[in-house]
Amino acid sequence: MDFWRTQDQEALQDGIRSFCQGRFPIESLQPIEATGGRLDRAAWRDLAGVGVFSLRHDGFSITDSALVFEELGRALIPGPLTATYLAATHLRTVLEGADSGERIVGLAQVAEPVTMAEHLLDLDSLLILQGDSIAVVDPNSVPTQVVERPLDPLTPVHVMLSATGGEIVATGDVVRQWCREGAVLTAAMQVGASFAAIDLAVEYAKGREQFGRPIGAFQAVKHMAADMLVKAEVARAATYAAAVNLDGNGDDDLDRAVSVAKMLAGDAALFCGKIGIQIHGGMGFTWEVNAQRYWKRAVVLDTHYGNSEMHADALAGSM
Amino acid sequence: MYQILSRVAMDLRYTEQEQTFRAELRAWLADVLPSVAPEPHRDDWKNRRVWDTGWQRMLFDAGYAGINWPKEYGGRGATPTEHLIFLEETERMRAPYVGMNFVGLLHAGPTLVAEASTEQKAHHLPSILKGDHVWCQGFSEPNAGSDLASLQCRAIRDGDDYVITGQKIWTSFAHIADYCEMLVRTDTEVPKHRGITWLILPMDAKGMDIRPLRTMEGSTEFCEVFFDEVRVPVANRVGDENDGWRVAMVTLSFERGTAFVSEMLQSMELVRDLADLAKKVTRNGSAAWDDTGLRRDIAHLSGELDALWSLTKRNISEAQRTGFVGVGGNVFKLAYSELRQRLGELSLRLLDRASLSLDDVHELPTGKHVHGRIHALSIGIAAGTSQVQRNIVAERTLGLPKDR
Repeated sequence: MDFWRTQDQEALQDGIRSFCQGRFPIESLQPIEATGGRLDRAAWRDLAGVGVFSLRHDGFSITDSALVFEELGRALIPGPLTATYLAATHLRTVLEGADSGERIVGLAQVAEPVTMAEHLLDLDSLLILQGDSIAVVDPNSVPTQVVERPLDPLTPVHVMLSATGGEIVATGDVVRQWCREGAVLTAAMQVGASFAAIDLAVEYAKGREQFGRPIGAFQAVKHMAADMLVKAEVARAATYAAAVNLDGNGDDDLDRAVSVAKMLAGDAALFCGKIGIQIHGGMGFTWEVNAQRYWKRAVVLDTHYGNSEMHADALAGSM
Repeated sequence: MYQILSRVAMDLRYTEQEQTFRAELRAWLADVLPSVAPEPHRDDWKNRRVWDTGWQRMLFDAGYAGINWPKEYGGRGATPTEHLIFLEETERMRAPYVGMNFVGLLHAGPTLVAEASTEQKAHHLPSILKGDHVWCQGFSEPNAGSDLASLQCRAIRDGDDYVITGQKIWTSFAHIADYCEMLVRTDTEVPKHRGITWLILPMDAKGMDIRPLRTMEGSTEFCEVFFDEVRVPVANRVGDENDGWRVAMVTLSFERGTAFVSEMLQSMELVRDLADLAKKVTRNGSAAWDDTGLRRDIAHLSGELDALWSLTKRNISEAQRTGFVGVGGNVFKLAYSELRQRLGELSLRLLDRASLSLDDVHELPTGKHVHGRIHALSIGIAAGTSQVQRNIVAERTLGLPKDR
């Protein structure tokens, strides 16, 4: 047993982190919001250029991919990252160009009470996930209604008025595997966003002074920060475990491992987002400070591939 | 673009060598466990000692004593993963727990390995491994709990002896132990951490009054110990005079992520049993398991335990790679303490009025859930309260400023 990052994995993750810091600095998010959350195709191609979408065909594992997606989540990079990655991995011949960044692929999961598509205006292909089948449709031809004020301005959304039709491109086991991988990579992004929220809050707590000392010296603040770290670290262990099992290097039940990861990573990201705002006090409630962006993204990601509560129910079903 | 340099991957499975270790251990346990007498009553201390130390002797004879101790001091020199497997197998096959050998094997012994003189090692280490001597710990005092370094139990040098006067508390097994690892105040004029000395106290020394302390569980393994001019030879000092705080801290660095493995396995079983119980008992005319809220809460806890099991493996792997466990150890204890409280609360909610008995009632296996709930109240207090743990995580890992 060796459940610790290898040197290669450390180098991979560190490399992606520096790339994200250089190409997607956190300050670059606010201008994107001003455009209505439109994707920058050049930036998307740069993501493809470092190999984000083609990891699996380049021989990297699901665990390696989770480490990469943790960094994408940490940087709050907008766009249909998991859908394009999964299309490049599982639908390579059907949807050419996903791996090279030429084709931006989104995925809408048919859901109650509404089915929503993200980044619709920038998509080249839209996949519709319903039950155990995935169909592909032309994003310009589906009846939708734009959401004027999206919760996360970096994740523009449309309500899908109809989610039928299209050509079925995947069914059965492929879709089940797709959903497992999608859930784990989303969990990895949630873990990354959790740690970024912690870093921001800790930085603030060290510098902000009240009552004559940094607020981070007060135990009430310290304990909130420690609780954030506990949630994030536990979620990280669960996420890596699910990825390692999906790679075939574990003996756990796959669906159970995936549900544990998605459930706890969802809880962690929402918790760290919330407490990050609290530690910032009034500034945390402003548009300017990034604390709110982590929380908003956490809300978006929780709804991908089943939210925390749905995965708890799935676990109950397996007991 | 990044390239793959090696085929090494994170792996949750056990290597061939680890599987062989498990198979041999399993075979040995299957062979010897039928000959182990039934466990004596919790507070039958005389027979408990026979039982616990007898098991230790069996482990010693089979080469499993001091599983994580270095080979040169009689241990097995096992890797952290093998230690995990040892704890897994002994727990699953319901072998006796480390019991009153706990302090000797896991605390005092490793400290002696690292810090004691050659004579002290030769005298004490084999007797701990064989189960000949039981140790207890005299660290905490009524006024030195979380702030352990403020301890006041005084030792004054008098010729070749230290003369000890003061009080210790939470001393497990003091009434049956042969030796005590003890922290005493040898200098009151210097900052608190610098005036402490680590001593080996023979428990038959004159001038001691040992009084059992009854816990809310009703058990009496803890004691209060009063010292009235108790003489301990200077030769029993480990490390230098006034260097005892460092010696005591060295012990903490031996943790390899395995501390809660048995606890974890018990909790995982407890949650599975709770789910089974929920399917058996009724609420409003149908199975309690049909209650969505209750079912979801049980499932959530069971998922969290899976995650903590993964964290345990992560911590153990870190120890195996680097020799120590980082923040994962504190994270584990904080998460586990809080989870066990919720598990306990949930079990009482399910049992409702059946929780009013410490023993099974109405042919339902309820006793262990009630005991488990009470036990959970201690986990966030023992070995560093959750509040102190949070300070440690915030200051040492996150780098937040000290509040002093």
